[in-house]
Amino acid sequence: MAKFEVARRSLVLGAAGVLAAPALPRAQAPAVKLGILQPVTGALSQDGEYGRLGAELAINEINAGGGIRALGGARIEMVFGDARSNPEGGVSEVEKMQAEGVVAIVGGFASPICLAASQAASRYDLPYVVDVGVSDQIVSRGLANTFRFGPGFGVVTNAALDNLVALNDAAGKPSRTVVIVHEDGLFGSGMARLLNAELPKRGFEVLETIAHPTPARDMNNVALRIRSLRPDLVIPSSYYAEFVLLARTMQQQRIRPKGIYCVLNGAASNYRFVREFPDAANLVMDCNHWPDPRKPKTAELRRQVEAQNRFWLYNTPMNYSAVMLVADALERAGRADRAALIQALAATDGAFTKHIMPYGPTRFVNGQNQAGAPVNTQVQNNDIKVIFPRDFADAQPVYPVTG
Amino acid sequence: MKAVLPILAFAVLMGLAPLMVASNVVLNFLVFTLIIALAAQGWNLLGGYGGQYSFGHAAFFGTGAYVTAILQVRYGMNAYPAFTAGIGFAALVGLVIGFLAFRSGLRGSYFALVTLAFAEVFRVLANAAEMTGGAAGILIRLQANPANFQFAERGTFLWVALALVTLALLATLALERSRLGAQLVAVRENEAAAQALGVDVLAVKLRAITLSAAMTGAAGGLYAQYFLYLDANIAYGTWISVEALLAPIVGGAGTVFGPVLGAVILHGLGEATKSLAGSIPGIDLVIFGIVLILVVRFPPRDLPGLLRLRRRA
Amino acid sequence: MGFPPEIILEAVLNGLLTGAVYGLVALGLTLVYGVLHIINFAHGALLTAAMYGAYVARTALGIDPYVAALPLAALFFLLGYAVQRLVIGPASRGKDENILLVTLGLSIIIENLMLAVFRSDTRSIDAPYAMDVVEFGPALLGYPRVVGFGATILVGIALYLLMTRTATGKAIRAVAKERTGAALVGIDVAHIYAVTFGIGTACLAIAAALLLPSFYVSPRVGNAFVLVAFTIVVLGGMGSVVGALLGGLIIGVVESLSGLYLGESLGQIGIFLIFILVLLVRPTGLFGARA
Repeated sequence: MAKFEVARRSLVLGAAGVLAAPALPRAQAPAVKLGILQPVTGALSQDGEYGRLGAELAINEINAGGGIRALGGARIEMVFGDARSNPEGGVSEVEKMQAEGVVAIVGGFASPICLAASQAASRYDLPYVVDVGVSDQIVSRGLANTFRFGPGFGVVTNAALDNLVALNDAAGKPSRTVVIVHEDGLFGSGMARLLNAELPKRGFEVLETIAHPTPARDMNNVALRIRSLRPDLVIPSSYYAEFVLLARTMQQQRIRPKGIYCVLNGAASNYRFVREFPDAANLVMDCNHWPDPRKPKTAELRRQVEAQNRFWLYNTPMNYSAVMLVADALERAGRADRAALIQALAATDGAFTKHIMPYGPTRFVNGQNQAGAPVNTQVQNNDIKVIFPRDFADAQPVYPVTG
Repeated sequence: MKAVLPILAFAVLMGLAPLMVASNVVLNFLVFTLIIALAAQGWNLLGGYGGQYSFGHAAFFGTGAYVTAILQVRYGMNAYPAFTAGIGFAALVGLVIGFLAFRSGLRGSYFALVTLAFAEVFRVLANAAEMTGGAAGILIRLQANPANFQFAERGTFLWVALALVTLALLATLALERSRLGAQLVAVRENEAAAQALGVDVLAVKLRAITLSAAMTGAAGGLYAQYFLYLDANIAYGTWISVEALLAPIVGGAGTVFGPVLGAVILHGLGEATKSLAGSIPGIDLVIFGIVLILVVRFPPRDLPGLLRLRRRA
Repeated sequence: MGFPPEIILEAVLNGLLTGAVYGLVALGLTLVYGVLHIINFAHGALLTAAMYGAYVARTALGIDPYVAALPLAALFFLLGYAVQRLVIGPASRGKDENILLVTLGLSIIIENLMLAVFRSDTRSIDAPYAMDVVEFGPALLGYPRVVGFGATILVGIALYLLMTRTATGKAIRAVAKERTGAALVGIDVAHIYAVTFGIGTACLAIAAALLLPSFYVSPRVGNAFVLVAFTIVVLGGMGSVVGALLGGLIIGVVESLSGLYLGESLGQIGIFLIFILVLLVRPTGLFGARA
């Protein structure tokens, strides 16, 4: 009861503050609770930790910058939940966040967690912003509360394909034959199926498609087959550890294709890999989530992350951006109300510029940001550069790889 | 009749929860715990009463779950017959695995590991097959309507899950008092002696594993209806094999209430330690592990009050 | 599906090299099983812990994993001894199902302790010899894997000698065969249990040191080897040292060839199907004496 009174009073104060003078006591505006859901234990803990980091940095930045202005400078209070790397864990945390009275939830990382958690949130018309989860099923269920700022699986694979053709054409079509190596989960298998259907239409020949489990204990046989097939291009789609194994094994086996072109790869856009195995990583390309290198904020955020002795992974900027999206919608909604927030999220447009992803003007259709897209990166001189599309690139592609 | 009373008391008390507790945090916790308890009750029939420790009950859980989902999504079947068919298929899988394993005389660790291997084969196949949606998984359309075995209120689902668990408890009690139950316990205590007394050991084990698989399969179907999404690692993952065996062992294998008690203890413990979690991930699970070992060292079933309830049940 | 013979040869070689390390991991498991008759769920977590041990030795102390192998083995022997003597033994009070729970609890503790201490990152070391190869006909065999193979054979021989030629080995075998009888002739069964568990854990430490240069370590990395180690233990006959090593090699080759023909992913089924078939046809394993 007491809590309610405080809330109501500060709401009045806050509103008065906005009307009268912006300098009125901001500290009294009630904090807005934001649920951050990430798997920080279990199989997905690495992604979860880096996702949480991004959300935390965004929240700190918002609070340091005066909170949500439209709510009288209300601070954002993080309500963190560990999804335990499984859907049940995600659902149970959503329930707790609901009981805590969060205004929205951001995160989930893996598609199964996002699917279950967003559905649980939909019972309460609680806005849910997916950070990564690429399954296209997430935004095709007609759930009004569910939004995804980043690209879905179909968009990523199509972009990967288009960019590959463009890259190869621009270099004078050096590559024709391809070997696909993929993890046997959602990303890898779907990507392999699509590439197998599309690559032949675009003048490539798929010599072999090799699926491997996660975790994989050994990549020597995969390397062996690549060596015997001598493809121009190797297209891998795997999680971090498996791709590192593959890249190192290929290096050891002296396999040097004209290009290693990854799709949604866990390692090719990871500075740990670049730092620890510069030779194996050199010139590897990836079509993946990646922040916009031309935004000053990107470099600033990266410095903050590296100051904490952490590596710079896409999870961090994506969660940062997703939290910024919610903050932006809160500003436009003008009240910490779920229905208003859902409306505001759905109405987000190009005026939302606080994210650091290389996307065009934001536009949501059925919860999916139409501008969400992957970019192509390449490891060059121990750094990860964006090479495609040209609008966001900060380096020229080195392709075909010679020597 | 006296033995049925604790079960009814449990059903009534638990059934009151949705009326007394408004918190969906609690209701969701109870529903998930009941689903695990049902899976564990299945394991208990075979492992607790029959002494055949399976490490692969995921094979049954997953089959129940996948059949429930696939019949709805791919064949447009209504959820209830799909759920029933899921139980049937799970029982069939149990019968086949049981036939192969028991006919070869596999016991103890060998039986445990062969069931584990079967579950893994199912997992790999489900991850690759078209029918199951492969790695992308299978999504049951959200249509919260009792006609679709989906409920707008978590409390309603709790009653459904509770009804199934109560049925399972009654079935376990009936089994305990049946000829089959006595034979099963005889097999557990001394297989050779049971055989000498004229018990058809293979037939007894087969019946037990079929019933066991059906029960765990029902838990799988419930899971599918509750979360509406499955993939191979959820349905056939080792996590559920471990859950199904952990609960009865903690709560008391070969007793009617063991699995329910164990599921409540384990999941309650999990929630309790989770609330202790600081900012460092993993610490809460470390505490969970330590408490788990302490629970084994000082079993709650040695606590006098619980002892009476359990033994008389 | 015709592969040229040199490819098949290389796949077989790969399988043998990978299988040797599997055998080493299985060695510890089979020993513990043979003597204590327990299925040790903490095996994978202990392997993970040992890999972090080798990682810390390299990154904090600058000691190469191959040099660290023996000290780590000694350290992990003591750790294993203590865990059995102070935790598993007292907590399980002799009941098999309790041992199951306790080892499961241990695995949860170790895995998450690693997560808390080392965080979730996947770490690897860059050993100077990691990229070296040994040329064997057309095949290029990674140096760390060849070392792993050789070291596994050595450990196997050492363990075999230990079991057959020493008083401790005889005591271990006596306890494995007949624990009450062994106790009656004055063998300290609890001590022998702990020694056995210690030896099994020491094997893991060596396996960890051999794996690290060509592999990686993360809080759950050990799990990748556990299931396959279980299949090897059964295939080789529970408790059989020679069986574990040969079983490891066989599983390595089967995995390699079924990976070649069915794909790495579906190829995993090859292992389990062989495993199931062996169990159904010859439940004592290929090299086990009798049930």
